[in-house]
Amino acid sequence: MDTQLDLWEVFIQSKAGSHHVHAGSVHASDEAMALQNARDIYTRRNEGSSLWVVPAKYITASSSADADMLFDPANDKIYRHPTFYIMPEGAKQI
Amino acid sequence: MDAVHTISDFQHKIDSDLNIEPKDVMPDKYRTHLIRQMSQHAHSEVIGMQPEGNWITRAPSLRAKQILLAKIQDEGGHGLYLYSATETLGISRDELIQQLHEGKAKYSNIFNYPALTWADIGAIGWLVDGAAIVNQVSLQRTSYGPYARAMFRICKEESFHQRQGYEIMANMMKGTAAQREMAQDAMNRWWWPSLMMFGPHDSDSPHTGDAFQYKIKRKSNDELRQKFIDKTVQQAEVIGLTIPDPSLKWNEEKESYDHGEINWDEFKSVISGNGPCNKQRMDHHIKYHQEGAWVREAVNAYAQRTQRAEAN
Repeated sequence: MDTQLDLWEVFIQSKAGSHHVHAGSVHASDEAMALQNARDIYTRRNEGSSLWVVPAKYITASSSADADMLFDPANDKIYRHPTFYIMPEGAKQI
Repeated sequence: MDAVHTISDFQHKIDSDLNIEPKDVMPDKYRTHLIRQMSQHAHSEVIGMQPEGNWITRAPSLRAKQILLAKIQDEGGHGLYLYSATETLGISRDELIQQLHEGKAKYSNIFNYPALTWADIGAIGWLVDGAAIVNQVSLQRTSYGPYARAMFRICKEESFHQRQGYEIMANMMKGTAAQREMAQDAMNRWWWPSLMMFGPHDSDSPHTGDAFQYKIKRKSNDELRQKFIDKTVQQAEVIGLTIPDPSLKWNEEKESYDHGEINWDEFKSVISGNGPCNKQRMDHHIKYHQEGAWVREAVNAYAQRTQRAEAN
């Protein structure tokens, strides 16, 4: 039977020490092939120092329709930012 | 791909200031040291919620209560970042918590002191978080990738903690004589324990050797302590607080402060279990961990039932 193989999501660490960031996806039959394809497709110009591949079916994503419900509550909590606080005149480096 | 396959690759990466990642081969001593240090750090964030949580219902205004809640929420989040980063070293969350409960893993000694007054909430934010930030900024350059990345996230979020604490102290120092006295009293009780947060002097620090060789630590206890003192003294002076150290004086030559002797007997006594709140902190953690067991069981049972339903 013909198959397009499974979908895998690709994450690239651009340089040592940084976070892995989502780059896109590939099709592959297993882990080794997914890594190989990710390398061939996403890192042809030295984009990465490390790759992660994850079967797409294991990614659970929030729905954009829920964005307001999920992220609005942070909007009115400006006291979570240091700039909310007024420092006494002359106080250095806080 | 640059996975590290041998110990000599590991040393090469360390020597070149490159981060070690979870799948790299690493010496057992490196892994053990990191698990100890990172889990202690995670436990500190979580235990640190207790002295502050004690003041949520008694915060003097709605504004103060919202800020305190947000801060404690951050501490919980920071604990979770650090537990997750520690788990990349091959130890489970269950094991980490068990080590805490059995006393095999420690948390920062500072949380064995009580938060007696509202000014203590100011002093904790300003001094305790201030000291933690000095340490954490230097750990942004630690050699283990997941730890370093957790530190970046934490430092970015934590900058408000110190400011809110300083604001509390500054406001109290503008208040009545009783309020000023309360602020100074908190300062007197928290100053020395805050200096102890950096750990023993370099000459007496049992873990320093490995930590430097592996670039887990980038600055020594004494260097970090000095940095904290130098930036905090000026902040105290601006709002009229006195540092409770008669020997503290500016040293023109080294361009930093000389300070008095730290009471290491107190440090040793508190860290070995005799502080004012050691028992209370641990009892509280164990109690609520155990009381939460049914929730973990329930969500597992629900997940299993859902999986069975999907399979049928």
